[in-house]
Amino acid sequence: MTSLLEVENTRMRFQTKGFLKALIDRDSTPYIDAVCGVSLKIKTGETLALVGESGSGKTTLGLSIIGLLKPFEGNIRFQGKEISGLSDTAFKKYRRNIAMMFQDPVGCLSPRLTIKSLLKQPFKIHSVQDRDLNEEVKRLLNMVGLPSHFEGRYPHQLSGGQARRVGVARACALGPSLIIADEPTAGLDVSVQGEVLNLMKQLQNDYKVSYLVITHNLSVVKHISHRIAVMYLGRFVEQGDTKEVFHHPRHPYTHALLSANPKPDPDAPKDAIELKGDIPSVLNRPQGCEFHTRCPFVKDKCRIKAPTETVITPGHTITCHYPLERDL
Amino acid sequence: MSLDNANILEIRDLSIDYITNRGRLKALRNASLSVRKNRIVGVVGESGCGKSTLIFAIMNLLAENAEINHGTIDFEGQDLLKLSQNEMRKLRGGRISMVFQDPMTSLNPVFSVGEQMVDIQHREKLSKKEKQLRAVNMLAKVGIPDPEKRLKNFPDQFSGGMRQRISIAMALMAEPSLLIADEPTTALDATLEIQIVNRLRKLQADFKCSILFVSHHLGLIADICDDVVVMYAGEVVEEGSVRDIFHRAGHPYTQALLECDPARISEEVTELPTIPGEIPDLANLPEGCIFRNRCSQASEICEKEAPHRLEIESGHFVSCHKHNLEANND
Amino acid sequence: MATNGFKNYSIKFSWLSQTWARLKNDKMGLLGFVLVITVVLVAIFAHFLAPYDPNMINISHRLQAPSLVHLLGTDHLGRDTLSRVIVGSRIALKVAMISISLAMSGGLILGLLAGYGPAWLDRIMILIFDTVRSFPTVMFALALVTMLGPSLNTIIIVVVITSIPMYGRIVRAQTLSLKNKEFIWAERSTGAGMVRILAVHMLPNVIGPLLIIASMDVPVVVTIEAGLSFLGVGVRPPAPSWGSILNDGYAYIRNTTWIAIAGGVPLILTTVGFTFLGESLRDIFDPKLQKDI
Repeated sequence: MTSLLEVENTRMRFQTKGFLKALIDRDSTPYIDAVCGVSLKIKTGETLALVGESGSGKTTLGLSIIGLLKPFEGNIRFQGKEISGLSDTAFKKYRRNIAMMFQDPVGCLSPRLTIKSLLKQPFKIHSVQDRDLNEEVKRLLNMVGLPSHFEGRYPHQLSGGQARRVGVARACALGPSLIIADEPTAGLDVSVQGEVLNLMKQLQNDYKVSYLVITHNLSVVKHISHRIAVMYLGRFVEQGDTKEVFHHPRHPYTHALLSANPKPDPDAPKDAIELKGDIPSVLNRPQGCEFHTRCPFVKDKCRIKAPTETVITPGHTITCHYPLERDL
Repeated sequence: MSLDNANILEIRDLSIDYITNRGRLKALRNASLSVRKNRIVGVVGESGCGKSTLIFAIMNLLAENAEINHGTIDFEGQDLLKLSQNEMRKLRGGRISMVFQDPMTSLNPVFSVGEQMVDIQHREKLSKKEKQLRAVNMLAKVGIPDPEKRLKNFPDQFSGGMRQRISIAMALMAEPSLLIADEPTTALDATLEIQIVNRLRKLQADFKCSILFVSHHLGLIADICDDVVVMYAGEVVEEGSVRDIFHRAGHPYTQALLECDPARISEEVTELPTIPGEIPDLANLPEGCIFRNRCSQASEICEKEAPHRLEIESGHFVSCHKHNLEANND
Repeated sequence: MATNGFKNYSIKFSWLSQTWARLKNDKMGLLGFVLVITVVLVAIFAHFLAPYDPNMINISHRLQAPSLVHLLGTDHLGRDTLSRVIVGSRIALKVAMISISLAMSGGLILGLLAGYGPAWLDRIMILIFDTVRSFPTVMFALALVTMLGPSLNTIIIVVVITSIPMYGRIVRAQTLSLKNKEFIWAERSTGAGMVRILAVHMLPNVIGPLLIIASMDVPVVVTIEAGLSFLGVGVRPPAPSWGSILNDGYAYIRNTTWIAIAGGVPLILTTVGFTFLGESLRDIFDPKLQKDI
């Protein structure tokens, strides 16, 4: 069965200097690679979490899948069709089927439109003639659990949680098969984070929507995703089933990331792994394994040779010379 | 035996309103909390709980439309609310200092780090060289490699995590009795958060100052704090030691909040718990208990009367009718 | 459907009445509105309001101080100053409104395209804007007059062409700052094309500052007109534009100050009126600043 979404060896490159300046500066690499050749697959009705910290390239990858950025190299296939590198006009028809939720809950809503006008936009853009748009707006608000009088409000009159739900409603307007959610819980209080996540799960149950969730919040990942891909400096360091990766992380970075989320219990063991140093800049990538500057288990080979992605168990890949043992 | 002389900060019955177009926002109501010497006190609360108002009141950095109704802020024997601007300025950055949330904007971009660190030592009667040496030592203490060389670097030449460490270094240089940390790690990545928190813990032990640690990250609070204050919609609803709060939470809001934290839930659940509803409009407060419209344990009295602060075990205070009733039944 | 149409009608009215209600609350805006309405009404009913023919010369009555016969006195040719001021409002408004509206529209379109369109288009626009701006207005006016002959329309063309770069730059700057905001990315992700983005999402956010600048441009334009009329390349005498009244007043200020005052005061009131109104409207249309009534 073909996957709904297939990303193959995709690279996202950004020029940092113009051609002439690079020539003058004798800079042979006047660019940065925010994403360096990653591959992933998402099946229908599945949620993949893309996890990483600043500089990991996860948002850039998300933006390329929805066609807002063009990949430098690689293939992106949606429902079997190649969508990377398409022009805006050619991509338009896919936008009925792939939608995105953005990070800033209020900032991603056009400030001078009422919620009603906002929710009508997807229909107008794709020239949907055969439905009563006012009814559609009511249906969407109802679907995300917001009262219908909210349609007259402006984005700045909504709380973070409410605005987030409007974002979900807009993404679901045309019934997409894939939704990319960029930090769906960012800016939300802990007591309302569950609302958005529960809603997303319910929609997945009802409509078999697939999600690509981009987040740095691991506790969220645990509850919402089937599979997880951990990114560091634009590469996947570990990819596998969420349960498996959480119970037995095999990459030192994954292990550190998981332990950096202390339980809310003062008696919990204070054994969070502290990584040395800062995340390196993509302008100055370390040699060999790019994680070696911070890895607590670094060995000589790591400093010289970059590891390749290997399969540890079916469905679980890792990019490390010395994967951690199963039981730590 | 009164422990009051061991309190370096004591806030009593502080009430602050904001005058806005919509009316009077009662942002803080009868808030009381205390910080003992050499302890780390965590302030937990969600949007609208009043924690920002509280800490800005301590530092006398409230917005112009804020009005202090009543209350006292006792710091080392002085009521901060009665001090003049000049007197307050002497304290700020000296006996009380603060670390802010956003490391990107809390340092002055046009001065080098060295200049800024020497500048804030303006109270000390030392030579410039001595001040620079102190700055270098402080940077080393917070874990900045090659501190002598980096003194002449500008803030934008440091990463976010480093900038936050520099902010902490600057805050601790004057050896304050109280350090206020306002969400110091919220803007940082998880792996950096751990570094900063561990570092802060060590520094606190070295400098023996008290820290008021404001955060919404429950796991972090449980990790680093000795005492915890829980705030909701402008009120302090619970106060106690970290174990009192996390193991024996007395207020329904605290209990619900702990239940909602996804980090607590180890196994996958079909539905994550939430606290349904929203905080009440601070310009239009309802009668009775502020939490009642979202409380699963509310009863009749909660609609009519606001609860009083009750000490349910030594040092553990809760404002909830549940405990008043229990106390009456004894 | 008939009922749908009616609903839209009443929604439009409620939008207007909401705006009016907000305006009423803002004292400065209300003052501005009153001043603007006054000037507009005076301009519309000028020929009914003016007690005399503004061009009626009466040398024997020249340079008189205000009296019951001539409420603002007479000018150096014995013409009634009040009548000239009243009729002059027509010229002022005609020049200002027409040229500013056209310049605003032109600047809006070009600015949006420059800010949002491809980089090469932006570079060309900037080049055009800067080139036009570097041309001295007066020389440009002279050149145009040579080609088209002096008249009100010539002034309007001059003002429009020299003002478009200013409006264009403002719109371009706003567009550029909004281009990378999340809500624009969000609409693009839904499939919105450039036209929709510009018309539905950019325009309402960009028009605020534009209105303010436009309202403060009114006295500038009227002054340009006065200057050009003075040089003989604008409104030719005896047309009673406020600018030319001001100039006459300046020339004869030792004889009587009233002509200068008569030319200057309406100008000031019009400026104040438009500025206050413009600022108030901008605040009203900014949803984030909406005060709850």
